[in-house]
Amino acid sequence: MDWRGWAEIVFTIGLTLALSWPLGAYLKRVWTGEPTWLDPALGPVQRGTLALLGVKPGTSQGWLAYTVSVLAFSAVGFAFLYAILRLQGLLPFNPQGFGGLSPHLAFNTAVSFVTNTNWQSYVPEATVSTFSQMAGLTVQNFVSAAAGLAIAAAVARAFAADRAEGLGNFWVDVVRIVLYVLLPVSLVGALVLVALDVPQSLAAGTPVTTVEGAQQTLALFPVASQEIIKQFGANGGGIFNANSAHPFENPNAWTNLIQIVAMNVLGLAAVFAFGRMVIATREARALAAVMVILLGAAAGGLYAAETLTPQPAMQAAHVAVGPSMEGKEVRFGPASTAVFAAATTGASDGAVNGMHGSFTPLGGGIALFMIQLGEILPGGVGSGLYGMIVMALLAVFVAGLMVGRTPEYLGKKVEAREIKFAMLAVLILPIVILGFSAVAAVLPVALKGLLNSGPHGLSEILYAYSSAAGNNGSAFAGLTANAPWWNTTLGIAMLLGRFAYIVPVLAIAGSIAAKPKLAPTAGTLSSAGPMFTGLLIGIILILGGLQFFPALALGPIVEHFQVLAAAR
Amino acid sequence: MLSQLRPALVSMVLFTAVLGLGYPLAVTGIAQAALPAQANGSLVVSNGKVVGSSLIAQGFSQPGYLHPRPSAAGKGYDAAGSSGSNYGPLNADYAARVKTDADALRAEAAAPIPVDAVTTSGSGLDPDVTPTNAERQVARIAAARGLAPERVRTLIAAATQGPTLGFLGQPRVNVLQVNLALDAAGRTEQRPPQ
Repeated sequence: MDWRGWAEIVFTIGLTLALSWPLGAYLKRVWTGEPTWLDPALGPVQRGTLALLGVKPGTSQGWLAYTVSVLAFSAVGFAFLYAILRLQGLLPFNPQGFGGLSPHLAFNTAVSFVTNTNWQSYVPEATVSTFSQMAGLTVQNFVSAAAGLAIAAAVARAFAADRAEGLGNFWVDVVRIVLYVLLPVSLVGALVLVALDVPQSLAAGTPVTTVEGAQQTLALFPVASQEIIKQFGANGGGIFNANSAHPFENPNAWTNLIQIVAMNVLGLAAVFAFGRMVIATREARALAAVMVILLGAAAGGLYAAETLTPQPAMQAAHVAVGPSMEGKEVRFGPASTAVFAAATTGASDGAVNGMHGSFTPLGGGIALFMIQLGEILPGGVGSGLYGMIVMALLAVFVAGLMVGRTPEYLGKKVEAREIKFAMLAVLILPIVILGFSAVAAVLPVALKGLLNSGPHGLSEILYAYSSAAGNNGSAFAGLTANAPWWNTTLGIAMLLGRFAYIVPVLAIAGSIAAKPKLAPTAGTLSSAGPMFTGLLIGIILILGGLQFFPALALGPIVEHFQVLAAAR
Repeated sequence: MLSQLRPALVSMVLFTAVLGLGYPLAVTGIAQAALPAQANGSLVVSNGKVVGSSLIAQGFSQPGYLHPRPSAAGKGYDAAGSSGSNYGPLNADYAARVKTDADALRAEAAAPIPVDAVTTSGSGLDPDVTPTNAERQVARIAAARGLAPERVRTLIAAATQGPTLGFLGQPRVNVLQVNLALDAAGRTEQRPPQ
């Protein structure tokens, strides 16, 4: 550990926060339909698109109609992507000559990208053609992120409303978010990445004879255009197997900084946009503070674990003392890898610039726990915001029980219906993660996929289902997941983690929107300031700890003590 | 539900055309026209032949070359199959691999072995080594080539980059750049005096 590492962590998170504030102001204008400086160019495009869709811009949907639109959009997206992946052998832009994916792999992959998870059971550069990368995966990188941001907009409208029926129009939201936010930023960002050495080519790859005379094929893709939206949309699916550890995806410290900032900035911006829309900027700041404090703590903890934990393998081989470098790149080292890992697991992004499965036990454990806390730190774009609001509802409910008052949040009474739906949403994660993990841990067909045995093997299982259910997508990649059992169950976990969460959240939004907006009284618990921030952090950690500590104790925690014992 | 099918279908067709084809092809067109070197993978040309990419590790085992970190990509340095080892810290195969590699390095030089010399990177294509790792190889390279160690050190220093802005990332030495410079230096010094 040295000052440079700590400076890198503080600088990276600070820069993300600083940029998310103005982006949040802009995002609010996109959500509300207020004029922006892109209107002259994009206004006609938006009107034309909505006309083709057959959507009247002024119409507002109730929560059920909004939900149906989300589900229909995702279902059609799944069908398109599944077809592209199965038929890729017949489609153009396939210089690699790859055939179609197997049914279970195509199912897993299509679900994975439609749910904004981007779990990958395959080696992309040996499986997915240039056409599938562009017309299949890149498209879902955009639209699954846009769907998350649209739902966040609906939730924001619910809290801003006073006895309203509608939550806005999903189609208008999705089209505006793609046109005004995701596409312009990606266009500029992709070209910046190319200038910083990220390739962008339609060729299959370049065969070369190396200096010592070996044959090497440099696999190429249109990397930059997919890389930027992979991070900006908190998607995380790599063009290459090694993801952002691959020098073509992430060649230097500048691209690394851009990627970390990109994966968190829109999630945080959604919180500030929410604050402006609901006229609750101080309350939004409290939510952002919770996110940044826990994110910073995770990054610091990871950095400490990766530099201070003894390494038995190195001691036995009499190698000099140094940070844990298995699975890490020299250009990044422990600090860049730690802050990337915290950001990617906090954000439901799932890109990696070092292999999480080779982290020290506590380092890998922190990454795993960040996912299990519900992907709200700051979470996926939009999904992090509505996940955090569910936590805030639980926090005011717990506080309300303590003082014996009906809880309120942002001028809305929180009653039995909202809390029931909030619990329904929150319970999805432990049921899916612990349920599937328990079965996989005793099922021979599942255990065949593990690389490491003992506690690390359990961590591979837990991480896989946490990553899928949390819609994160990173992995303890020792697990070979391209088999029917893993592809199918992980696909189901991703579907439940996304849609069994979205439906209750939109139901909450529907009932919140219909309630009268109350003015705060002397007896109202303030949902701004350090006290509420502390309460919310407590609720998040206690909830996550109660659910997952027993499983973590058998995985990363016991492995840490094994490492200490072996190092003696 | 059925009334939602039209916007869902039409929007997916439009998004596939604009985001899946228009956007990546536009970026490709601009990148290939304005930044062809970067867009095609930062290829390195030596004596008129492409010998690799400055961003991608390739295998070096001769004593006269700077050696990269070990690689878990395919059979080693497979640039069409990037991968880390994914070994956990207590994996027995991992400990055995580190021990074998460390013993081989100890036979070469007595100096302490830096961690990056016996660990595989996340991609298996890490183009860099740490300055400590490079320094440990100076004597071997100098002896194999009949160059002065100081000359080798100068070439390594020319291929060394510090952390960006002083604190982002780690100091690193680009292996391919050093080795091409070593080959070039060998040629100039062997040339008979004019």
